[in-house]
Amino acid sequence: MTLKPEVKQVLNRTLEALLPLTAVPLAMIIGAAVLLAMNINPLTAFNALLKGAAGDVSGVTQTLVKATPLLLVGLGVVIAFRGGVINIGAEGQIIVGALATTALSVGFPDLPRGVLLPLALLAGTLAGAVWGGIPGILKARLGVNEILSTVMMNAIAVQLSNYLLRGPMIDPAEIEHGTRIAQSALLPRAVWLTKLVPRTLLHSGAILALVLAVLVYIFLWRTTIGYRIRAVGLNPDASRLAGINVPFYLAISLILGGAFAGLAGAVEVTGVQHRMMEGLSSGYGFSGIVAALFGKLHPLGAIPAAILFGGLLVGGNAMQRAVQVPSALIDAMLGLIVLFVVSADIWARYRARRRETSG
Amino acid sequence: MAELFTLPVLLGILYSGIRLATPYLYAAIGEMFAQNSGVLNLGVDGIMLMGAYTGFFVGMKTGSLWLGLLAAAVTGALMGLLMALVSVTLKAEQGISGIGLQLFGLGLSTLLFKLTMGSVESIKGFQPVKIPLLGDIPYLGEALFNHNLLVYGAFVLVPISSFILNKTTFGLKVRAVGQNPTAADSLGVSVDGVRYITVTLGGILAGIAGASLSIALINLFQENMTNGMGFIAVALVYFGSWRPSGVLLGSLIFSFVNAFQLWIQVKGIQLPSDLAVMMPYVLTILALVFAVRKQQPASLSKPFERGEM
Repeated sequence: MTLKPEVKQVLNRTLEALLPLTAVPLAMIIGAAVLLAMNINPLTAFNALLKGAAGDVSGVTQTLVKATPLLLVGLGVVIAFRGGVINIGAEGQIIVGALATTALSVGFPDLPRGVLLPLALLAGTLAGAVWGGIPGILKARLGVNEILSTVMMNAIAVQLSNYLLRGPMIDPAEIEHGTRIAQSALLPRAVWLTKLVPRTLLHSGAILALVLAVLVYIFLWRTTIGYRIRAVGLNPDASRLAGINVPFYLAISLILGGAFAGLAGAVEVTGVQHRMMEGLSSGYGFSGIVAALFGKLHPLGAIPAAILFGGLLVGGNAMQRAVQVPSALIDAMLGLIVLFVVSADIWARYRARRRETSG
Repeated sequence: MAELFTLPVLLGILYSGIRLATPYLYAAIGEMFAQNSGVLNLGVDGIMLMGAYTGFFVGMKTGSLWLGLLAAAVTGALMGLLMALVSVTLKAEQGISGIGLQLFGLGLSTLLFKLTMGSVESIKGFQPVKIPLLGDIPYLGEALFNHNLLVYGAFVLVPISSFILNKTTFGLKVRAVGQNPTAADSLGVSVDGVRYITVTLGGILAGIAGASLSIALINLFQENMTNGMGFIAVALVYFGSWRPSGVLLGSLIFSFVNAFQLWIQVKGIQLPSDLAVMMPYVLTILALVFAVRKQQPASLSKPFERGEM
């Protein structure tokens, strides 16, 4: 080899960073094969997808609107993963976050915006933190498998939401009209997030998410707590020997993961729907995990990843409307992308080891 | 609530409790083999959905429920192989790859359902077969021995899997690979080979578990019809301390709570009904808490790399 070692290292690193990117085209090829088998022209479908996601102002802004909760959830997932715990519970944390934000906003509609909006967002964040904290404390104190407990917490959150939206929290107008659709009353305008582009859905939550991505980066790499979270994630035994309170940081990782997902729910309800309803989250909790993985579990990497998957979700819905290809295709592709990305890890590790042994 | 303690109601709950244990048993016993060999397959729910879809679709198109069941088993095997490829050969993080498999199964089964059927249809599923003599026992006969074949199959699977795990060379290899892969490898046991077999077997049983819903118990297919059952099945393996008898006990507790919960819902008792639907999930978390002190396979969810000490 005539390449200088530094150049080679840069090339290797770039290759590793680019490897996960092949997961998307690979998943699209498999998706195309399924469509072909069903006698559907994949080009028509993917064309409709692309147009829907990025074809005009409406598409682009919708993509960013979807990217916002994905980024927030992704940030929480990144913190948890870096702390060595796997948070599958974002879906439930979004739901309880949205419920808490709604309850507080509807309960105190007369408070001024400067007070009500921060309180409402905080309520959602705290509710998410509690929902993540239960598996977190069970993990830290008793060693309960957090993957399974967070999945169960998702199911409990769905049932809780169904109960509240049909009973105590139902919009009084729904009872009056006898329609009884399971949704809350409209939130007071004081908590509606500001629109960034007139006549679109894009709201200031997107900026909040971007700022938080930078803050999470600083938190994880520039603060003591962040450093300890990562140390526990990398090597719990060594951390314990170094005097770090491992269970405490395991719990903190899951609590923070829950807080970000709860905030995603709060932002979704104050920025987009302006009321709590069934199916508010529609899978952001899982797509957010995909975004975090795809962003290489780095807070800043999660930004482009969230935009990419936001685009896929928006495009998937457009595809369903325009050419009647069910948007479930996107879910299947997201699953494949996860499988590809985690499988690609081995190549990165293999190359890393070769680098080590070859000096 | 006083109505609960009448004979017909109790027998009804006994009957549906036995029925409802079926999908949990198939899925959890399959997962138990995978976990005993050291692989945590979290994608069971996605495999069940694919099994439920193919079982229903093939059963409906061919008019043969047995062909439907076969198709579900084959689909389950393929999904299991995919999981084995990703987690055994490519050594991916199992907690995440399982979620990927679940998303894939959920998305693909929904996609295929919408493209090939579009709306929910029902099918005449496996019919109850009364066991001679036992079925004639007053009261209990009807509740215990008048079920369809897939229900009996699930219960027969328990002693069979117990025998395989404890009394055969293969079972010994499975446990050895799960407890100490390095030692098993040095004795010439193919760690990856054993894990491929158990994960694929787990896939087959998860596929059958799905089909048991769509062509033997509920007799229809709809989007995400498992509603997280696969995850509960994974938790039941923890609860059952990786033993068939423990899995049986867990499945029964679970299905009886479910049957009880359904009864409350049907009765329309308002407050408990809202809380009752949460019971299975709360119970799972409690089950996980109690499972903590049990000895899990030492290499569970750790990929095997030769020469790594």
